[in-house]
Amino acid sequence: MTELPDIWSYLREGPLLWLTATLIAYLIGDALFRVSGRNPLVNPVLVAMAILGTVLWATATPYATYFEGAQFVHFMLGPATVALAGPLYTNLHHVRRTLLPMAGALVVGSVTAVASALWIAQALGVEGATLASLAPKSTTAPVAIGIAEQLGGLPTLTAALVIITGIIGAVVVTPLMNTLRITDWRARGFSVGVAAHGIGTARAFQVNETAGAFAGIGMGLNALLTALIAPYVLGLFQ
Amino acid sequence: MILNIALILAAQLLGEVLARLLALPIPGPVIGMSLLLAGFMASKPLAERILPTSQGILAHLSLLFVPAGVGVISHAEVLGDTGLALMAALVGSTLLALIAGALTFVVLGRLTGSQEAEK
Repeated sequence: MTELPDIWSYLREGPLLWLTATLIAYLIGDALFRVSGRNPLVNPVLVAMAILGTVLWATATPYATYFEGAQFVHFMLGPATVALAGPLYTNLHHVRRTLLPMAGALVVGSVTAVASALWIAQALGVEGATLASLAPKSTTAPVAIGIAEQLGGLPTLTAALVIITGIIGAVVVTPLMNTLRITDWRARGFSVGVAAHGIGTARAFQVNETAGAFAGIGMGLNALLTALIAPYVLGLFQ
Repeated sequence: MILNIALILAAQLLGEVLARLLALPIPGPVIGMSLLLAGFMASKPLAERILPTSQGILAHLSLLFVPAGVGVISHAEVLGDTGLALMAALVGSTLLALIAGALTFVVLGRLTGSQEAEK
């Protein structure tokens, strides 16, 4: 009979264990989210991160080992971006009628996201490569990493800042929009897609189908715009 | 089902090839999204075929961020030095971008008479 520690050290190195753990941690996060009455603070990504982080820490497993298993899930970010064509198509009639509001909100939201982040960080003493890593943080992860590389930032730090931004956006968007008395689902969705990419978009889909579709459009367009403006805005702060 | 997934992956693949071939600053998946949308607009049967699959993928969009999210923890020490400043920048700029974007949308929506269809 094989000893338990041997089985553990075998499983720990393969993708099966960490892929399964990722799905289970997310299911627990999603279940807690429902039990909490869809409280945005009980964000499923945040809960899953906390569970998996604790498991990795307790078992002294390096992140690289974990990611080898979880990369199958991570890979789906690309196809999911392509799949955004679906809600975009079913909401095409909305899009045609809202070209000007979308274009305006895109430019204002995108420039505000990059410039205000750099301004606040610089005022608090952040500089150099860390500042460059911060510039694309409102953009979806695969795009942000590419932009950070071009700007001389640290891609892995950018990935972390992107995820944290998404969670902040998902958590604050509903109470913030209620406080501002903005009831238009298109405006609520579009702005969270621009400011907080896929995690904000996932949150918007949980709240309202139209908001989700507009968030997807905002996220897609902001990926294009940030790639174009980030070098110029960063130049103003260096 | 397999055909639908193959079509979505093919759109992404084509997007990646075009992005590199033409040295576009636009990421491959975003080009793939535009190509698939053009396909939907050209062919209604194609759209009706793929829509349920795309909805299925997007229903669990949150899950896809978990692996990268766990990586945040491995950055804890990097964030430790300038962590508070970065956190202030992230929270502050996200709030400002949300407010600026949503208000611009609402104001321009009123100016152009574009009201929300279903309420």
